[in-house]
Amino acid sequence: MPTDLNPLRGTFSTALATTLSTAMLALALPAMANPDPSDWQNVVAEAEGQTVYWNAWGGDTRTNRYIEWVAEQMQAQFGIEVEHVKLDDTGSAVARVLAEKQAGNSDDGSIDLIWINGENFAAMRENDLLFGPFAEALPHFALTNAAENPEVVTDFTLPTEGYESPWGKAQITFYYDSAQTEAPPQDMPSLLDWAEENPGQFSYPRIPDFTGSTFLKQALIELTEQDEALYQPVSESDFEAVTEPLWAYLDALHPHLWRSGRTFPDSGPNLRTLMSDGELSLAFSFYPTDAAVAVMEYELPESVRSYVLAGGTLGNVHFVAIPYNSPHKAGAMVLADFLLSPQAQAEKQSLAMWGDRSVLDIAQLDAADQALFQQGERHPSELPADALSNTLPEPHPSWMTALQDAWLERYGVN
Amino acid sequence: MLRLAPALIIALLVLPVGAGLLMVLLPAFGYLPALGGHTASLAPWQMLFAQPGLERSVAISFASGLVSTALALMMVVLFLAASRGTWLDRSIRRLVSPLLAIPHAAIAFGFAFLIAPSGLVARLISPSLTGWERPPDALIVNDPLGLSLMAGLVLKEVPFLLLMSLAALPQLAPEKRLMLARSLGYSPTIAWLKTVLPSLYPLIRLPVYAVIAYATSVVDMALILGPTLPPTLSVSILGWFNDPDISHRFMASAAAVLQLGITLAALLCWWLLEQLIRTLTRGWLTDGSRQRGETALRLFGRSALLISSSMALAALIGLGLFSVAGFWRFPEVLPQMLTLDHWQRSGSMLASPLLTTALVGLISTTLATALVLATLENEHRQHLQPKRSLWLLYLPLLVPQIAFLFGLIVAAESVGIRPQLGLVIAGHLLFVLPYVYLSLAEAYRQLDPRWLQVARSLGVSRSAAFWRVRLPLLLAPLLTAFAVGLAISIGQYLPTQLLGAGRVTTVTTEAVALAAGSNRRLIGVWALVQAGLPLIGFMLALTLPRLLGAQHREHAS
Amino acid sequence: MTALSPATLRLEQIKIALAGRELLAVDATIAPGEVLTVMGPSGSGKSTLLAYIAGFLEREFSASGGVWLGEHNLLNLPAEQRGIGLLFQDPLLFPHLSVGGNLRFGLPRHSNDKHQVTHALEQIGLAGFAERDPATLSGGQKARVALMRLLLSKPRAVLLDEPFSKLDTALRQEMRSLVFSQLREAGLPALLVTHDHADADAAGGPIIELG
Repeated sequence: MPTDLNPLRGTFSTALATTLSTAMLALALPAMANPDPSDWQNVVAEAEGQTVYWNAWGGDTRTNRYIEWVAEQMQAQFGIEVEHVKLDDTGSAVARVLAEKQAGNSDDGSIDLIWINGENFAAMRENDLLFGPFAEALPHFALTNAAENPEVVTDFTLPTEGYESPWGKAQITFYYDSAQTEAPPQDMPSLLDWAEENPGQFSYPRIPDFTGSTFLKQALIELTEQDEALYQPVSESDFEAVTEPLWAYLDALHPHLWRSGRTFPDSGPNLRTLMSDGELSLAFSFYPTDAAVAVMEYELPESVRSYVLAGGTLGNVHFVAIPYNSPHKAGAMVLADFLLSPQAQAEKQSLAMWGDRSVLDIAQLDAADQALFQQGERHPSELPADALSNTLPEPHPSWMTALQDAWLERYGVN
Repeated sequence: MLRLAPALIIALLVLPVGAGLLMVLLPAFGYLPALGGHTASLAPWQMLFAQPGLERSVAISFASGLVSTALALMMVVLFLAASRGTWLDRSIRRLVSPLLAIPHAAIAFGFAFLIAPSGLVARLISPSLTGWERPPDALIVNDPLGLSLMAGLVLKEVPFLLLMSLAALPQLAPEKRLMLARSLGYSPTIAWLKTVLPSLYPLIRLPVYAVIAYATSVVDMALILGPTLPPTLSVSILGWFNDPDISHRFMASAAAVLQLGITLAALLCWWLLEQLIRTLTRGWLTDGSRQRGETALRLFGRSALLISSSMALAALIGLGLFSVAGFWRFPEVLPQMLTLDHWQRSGSMLASPLLTTALVGLISTTLATALVLATLENEHRQHLQPKRSLWLLYLPLLVPQIAFLFGLIVAAESVGIRPQLGLVIAGHLLFVLPYVYLSLAEAYRQLDPRWLQVARSLGVSRSAAFWRVRLPLLLAPLLTAFAVGLAISIGQYLPTQLLGAGRVTTVTTEAVALAAGSNRRLIGVWALVQAGLPLIGFMLALTLPRLLGAQHREHAS
Repeated sequence: MTALSPATLRLEQIKIALAGRELLAVDATIAPGEVLTVMGPSGSGKSTLLAYIAGFLEREFSASGGVWLGEHNLLNLPAEQRGIGLLFQDPLLFPHLSVGGNLRFGLPRHSNDKHQVTHALEQIGLAGFAERDPATLSGGQKARVALMRLLLSKPRAVLLDEPFSKLDTALRQEMRSLVFSQLREAGLPALLVTHDHADADAAGGPIIELG
């Protein structure tokens, strides 16, 4: 029984308590003091036997199976139980920690680790909901070579300051069936032309899905003249003026989208399904290897090819963070560190698992670790290696929320 | 102890619902100190009514509840009227329990696979009949009017209403009524409608109301089949409760109260329709018309239910096909290749949710069955009339889940109970208990009291008679009730997701979580597992009594 | 069955069997206004015979023989078109209809029902009972309403399945005379199954003993 449960407080609790008593035993004891990440041995010792509830978006089966693999490794290597709490929107985990804080639950939160970046990280920092700094004290963090790769300590223009640990890299990547489409569009204006010629064969995920929101930002960066404004908080610029070309573009584009823009796919992976069904001829993903993995899993035909737009596409790093009231911070840190290990990063990057790019500076690794990342021949549906250099940085996180709200205002009711 | 059972049941059902509603009502008017709301205000409502598309969300929630229930009830009634004694009647009766056992989400997925532009139906008729080489760009699933949601609801409501009707019918002696009416010259379907239905409807009214309440506020099915821009009110509420912006919580509470209002309005509207229909048909019942409409009604009665049951079965077959499909380009009717990859890959991930599902289902159903048995035994010993408080049993079924579950979490937290497995089990109990009671009560009361009198006269104590005579005699209905309870527990999405803080994962929450990814092959695997579990329960419930009976006879010989 | 002239009910070489075992064999002719009584202990298949004639035989029985009403072969017709009225031991008044509603239920369509119902209630001594709930009636009153409902439907023959067995002794005598006099007056052929000799005596027609 948890220490703060008084079963005699009111009829409601008495009624429930009788039936609940067995299951109450499952509750873990609240943690005492926060572990110190600089004393790593202590952290590992304290972590053993903990159960880490990792809240991570569960909409993609590849991520899920990778997390499943991680859980097996954590159990075997550190004696830590990892439970994947599948979220349909990372925002709900932020909401939960916030509600727990408001309710005065500051040491027995229900979340130990969150897969996070961008506006959700900004929101949690703003409300002091994160534990840290811890990231730079993780033993494997050095392998990212942060001095040379500032993206692993920058999240949507904000410095992470050690409150989240890098996990993987994403970049918008388009793909199409080369057996049906010969010349896919290379920028936003030609995408509109292409959609007009091929009505109903392109779409983007319904806002506020993060892949869909990223499409909005991609379009905005290409279409607006005021790029610098996007890297400042949205409140510092004239939102209407900056975004005006985007809405004009979407107004023109929507009638030519899948279902004439009357509905939108649920998520990024849903675009893949629609490609698989032959409903779409052109789609995009946050993962450069997405199409190749889909071909290997019989979801897409072998004639599918990937590319990035001529002017480059948005890319970002995604992270893991620890809520301030996590009762299993030691376990969460050991998990975050394991995620940065060459073994875990290589497994994550392999096409058979997920295909998410590593945040490690692979050239700096020793030869044995580098070998882990050798995957043999590139898959023909995969993005050519050189294409990825063309990465556009993410705008300030406030733009994401502002764009989402404005989109829902305009297109939320069809 | 036994005397406390009815009070305990009522407390178990009423207190959580009441506490949950209260804790939604307070924040709806701005008051919830834990979230920083200290003064009453109308701000949540102003914010709610400023939401784009709210009217449409409300209208669709309201309409889908009424339309789907009306359609399902009509189909069930006409089927019962038109198909008595036919092969269709016998096969549907055998199918009804398994169909009822399939969780909503599984049916929704299978149905979506069936009717989508790239779905099985389109593949069957393409390109031969339609000329489609690519799926048509038609908005069928997630249509703005919620038609596919309503159709999906009908598929699930039909077996429920049918089972409830079949359970209520015997006490009306329908065969005698029909024989009499036909000897007076009435054709069979008309005879049933004029002589059996008016007595049957009052007996299934509460289940019908429960269906309306469910359909106006369903979440999992609406996530899969419902409109998206905007979604139904219940889906919007879920999103608002999960919004990182805490002010959305207050608005979501207001919306939950609005949802309760919509459900009540739908119930009121239905009640008014009942009165209207009763007035309109009063003359028809005794106007002496004996044949008019017979053919049309019979045709509709038989075909409609045949179609809906076939759809539900086809949905399952579709799930099965996708779960083993390799690459499958439109418009091929069958996948180019079959593979067990999806099953193998899911295998390891299935284990833990399966275990949780079984644990939650077994504990909640066992508790529910014990409580129901205690209540019924008490009723029997005290010679109580059952009717008075029966509607209280329906309370958790009549109040929309989304309207009180969030409040229930707040209420539980305020007495120190955090969302976890125990709370999930308690939450399932709320919904399992009424169904177990409904399934068991009639058989319990109808057991010939002389069995027990004989036992007592042979010197057996009351409780020994209960264990040694009543339970063995009631084994079959008891197991069926248990299977029903398990099926209800397995199908619960919202209570599991909310009361477990997402940390308690069952096959149902996993299957719904996969919906966003919409990998049909994997959804096929999970939805089949989800549908298979309750089916196993029902098969055991059917075969165990026979096996045990056979054993008895063997021992005797 | 529109012709209203009295017709003869002929049971031609009827044999009914269950699982290969013959239950009964009957060959009889019932003239208009006549009551044939079939007697036998329970289990002798009396009610099965009625079910066969009325068109409700369960499928596990096998039966042969003809049922003729005048020139019409009834076996070719569904139950509702045979013109055969049934009277059971339970009055089976529909609980969702008033007394008047139950009578109107028996009336053919488009008949001047208001007048007929009033008249019929007077005939059985229940004038003014039209709006009453059948549940408030006594056993004898219910039986009379059931009989009147049957007669209002203008059957061409009547089958009676132990119609008096649930009434108490005093009432039984009264109902017997009412039923048989009404049947005779209407000129209907009737078949009565019973195990009570007093019923057979009151019916006054030929008797067949089964079993």
